[in-house]
Amino acid sequence: MNRVEGRVKVTGLATYAAEYPVEGVAYAYPVQSLIAKGRVARVDAAAALDLPGVLAVLSVADPPELAEDADAELALFQRREVAYRGQIIAAVVAETYDQARAAADAVRVEYEPADHDVSLRADHPGLYRPEVVNPNFPSDTEQGDLEAGLAQAAAVVDVTYTTPVLHNNAMEPHAALAVWDAEGTLLVYDSTQGATTDRDMIAKTLGLPRGRVRVVARHVGGGFGSKGTTRPHAVLAALAARVTDRPVKVALTRQQMYDVTGYRTPTIQRLRLGADGEGRLTALEHVAYEQSSTLKEFAEQTAVPARVMYATPALRTAHRLVRLDVATPSWMRAPGECPGMYALESAMDELACATGIDPVELRLRNEPETEPGSGLPFSSRDLAGCLREGARRFGWERRDPEPGVRRDGEWLIGTGVAASTYPSKRSPCQAVACVRDGGFLVQVAAADIGTGARTALTRIAAETLGVAPDRVHVELGDSDLPAAPVAGGSMGTASWGSAVVRACEELKKDGREGRADTAEEVGQDSELARHAFGAQFAEVRVSAVTGEIRVSRLLGVFAAGRIVDARLARSQFIGGMTMGLGMALMEETLTDEEFGGFLRRDLAQYHIPACADVPDVEAVWLEEEDERLNPMGSKGIGEIGIVGTAAAIGNAVHHATGHRVRELPITPAKIVMARF
Amino acid sequence: MDIRLTVNGRPHTLDVDPRMSLLDLLRERLGLIGSKKGCDHGQCGACTVLVEGRRANSCLALAVAMDGLSVTTVEGLADGEHLHPLQAAFIEHDAFQCGYCTPGQLCSAAGMLGEPGPSAVTENLLDDPELTPHEIRERMSGNLCRCGAYVNIVSAISEVAR
Repeated sequence: MNRVEGRVKVTGLATYAAEYPVEGVAYAYPVQSLIAKGRVARVDAAAALDLPGVLAVLSVADPPELAEDADAELALFQRREVAYRGQIIAAVVAETYDQARAAADAVRVEYEPADHDVSLRADHPGLYRPEVVNPNFPSDTEQGDLEAGLAQAAAVVDVTYTTPVLHNNAMEPHAALAVWDAEGTLLVYDSTQGATTDRDMIAKTLGLPRGRVRVVARHVGGGFGSKGTTRPHAVLAALAARVTDRPVKVALTRQQMYDVTGYRTPTIQRLRLGADGEGRLTALEHVAYEQSSTLKEFAEQTAVPARVMYATPALRTAHRLVRLDVATPSWMRAPGECPGMYALESAMDELACATGIDPVELRLRNEPETEPGSGLPFSSRDLAGCLREGARRFGWERRDPEPGVRRDGEWLIGTGVAASTYPSKRSPCQAVACVRDGGFLVQVAAADIGTGARTALTRIAAETLGVAPDRVHVELGDSDLPAAPVAGGSMGTASWGSAVVRACEELKKDGREGRADTAEEVGQDSELARHAFGAQFAEVRVSAVTGEIRVSRLLGVFAAGRIVDARLARSQFIGGMTMGLGMALMEETLTDEEFGGFLRRDLAQYHIPACADVPDVEAVWLEEEDERLNPMGSKGIGEIGIVGTAAAIGNAVHHATGHRVRELPITPAKIVMARF
Repeated sequence: MDIRLTVNGRPHTLDVDPRMSLLDLLRERLGLIGSKKGCDHGQCGACTVLVEGRRANSCLALAVAMDGLSVTTVEGLADGEHLHPLQAAFIEHDAFQCGYCTPGQLCSAAGMLGEPGPSAVTENLLDDPELTPHEIRERMSGNLCRCGAYVNIVSAISEVAR
């Protein structure tokens, strides 16, 4: 079955947030802080207001009314204090986009700057232990005697890996179009991963009852986490529309996205691994150092996957956070697992080298009976199957473990492996299914950000009803539909699908309509360790002359429960792996130590993989039955694809060159410099 | 400033702000939302259209510079109800996810298929090269896809190029 919305997407008719045809639209353009810390002393809007077409200037000089408990990143124009460079401190509303943009340049802002601190360091005096890390894990865990485990080990690896600031960079820049009606009800067309949660947050920020706000997001141009929470552009659109009594559109520029739509925290990760002569772990320690803003705490769960992966008598994990004069970090594809597994799986490769044991075999020898951090049984776990099947398909048995010895002209060749994992959870969701026009209508406020949610839910509903998919119409992307959780945490299909199955079951009983709310069912889910697993294999060619790295082969093998739709699943896996390739080799936002804020704020400087960077990516999966997850038996697949890719590629670079680069991204300069 | 241009076969006479890009003209004045704004700096290719049959970043073209020219957008690729072969192949090969880069990919591919001459990766510079996956990847690298659909984009274009 093809994507349900395929035709409207290839003909250019799919409507994204900024594209709804609304009469009389005005445009708002933000003014951003040029200092990273201090105070806005004065905003002079006179020159801007004199320009043609300008309708209003919003700023801290005249704070608009917002709820007192509004989220600190969304409380626009409420405080004169600046928390980071790039924070929105004013905005211009004008008849056209060009007028608004020109007038925003004409707004004069005077600051009282203060000294800023934007640098994450593992010895920063402000480091502290957060109470919990996202979403609600203990910050630190300790089991067994770590030092004793390291002392008795035949081989010890003690290494520090770092990952840079990364930006989601969905292709559709964040945008919102806000329309107030005569009764004071607000309609926001927003680029969001969850219409229900976005509606709730916008209502809370504006101090409105939920019933007075509606969010519509029928098509969303990617999100990868950045559209999982409400961003300031949506609040700005609503405020500007209220002030001017016009529908107002805010479409952030690519550069502005770097400042106000979230990013993945940089990490510094220290790993200490000990193993006996057979490669069995005697100790595993994973400590992650990360940043958040002065506005609020966002604690990425970077060391949490170490509690899932390997059997060890001694396990210590810890997170330390420092609050800097930076924007608040946020969700980016596989938060926690992605950076954490990069470091852990790279360190495991170093342990394989240190013990002389094949890296696939090393992982097999450390398979746990139960989840190491919790002691809970796994609902299902087939990492071993993924490693074995991947090794077979990739031709791993022919691999010579010696690093830096295979050469084809100027090109050094190497292969690497890493494991993947991501939680398989679900959240409460509502849905309605009914008979309509001889077919079936299914309604749920789910979001299709490119995952294929419409198509997957159509298939799930059709299978439950026992009818052909073309008789089912799924409506989503509207907060007026039954409440649903966000497309995030790889929980979308599991959460929405559970509700759709139950609603369709009720419809079959009733004959006309079925309604479902899975809150009770989800609340009764048994306590189990629920995760998807995978193994990724990479082959790289590294130029001995220039240090250029080409990924010639990338293979992922996954065990992710029942795959709802093979074509969509393959696209999700290879998409995640492609993003992982970018993380490994090119993606990096620089922090501007001098002025605060970020550098490389566009796609010419922040490189994401282009077509020529991605020659051969293959994703397959193992059959896996897991009855205890949800009615579909499915595990989320949107994020696991990016978990482990960077480690597999980094390990292959080491195998090719003999050099271990421990700071992402692995750029040609780091390879070339290592040779001197 | 007054300009006359043809978009998808339809003539238009418009008074435009000299600062306005062709992309904003299409999206904000003509309601042709198929051409996407991903970066507004010619870095992502989401805005790719065909100007006089050649692919161009419409965000880098000023609307006033289009006076007297003919523009084809993604809305103009299909022949009525009949999809362009590239559009059909993109659906069959699942060559997109979020769909936001897709109009640019399609216009770029449509322009690319007609372009003569070698690329940076062509071995033999004398003849028009065969559109191997290697050549397609090189020639399509001006169109970024964050969902990571490149593998499927290349297989879709390969099918049409054959």
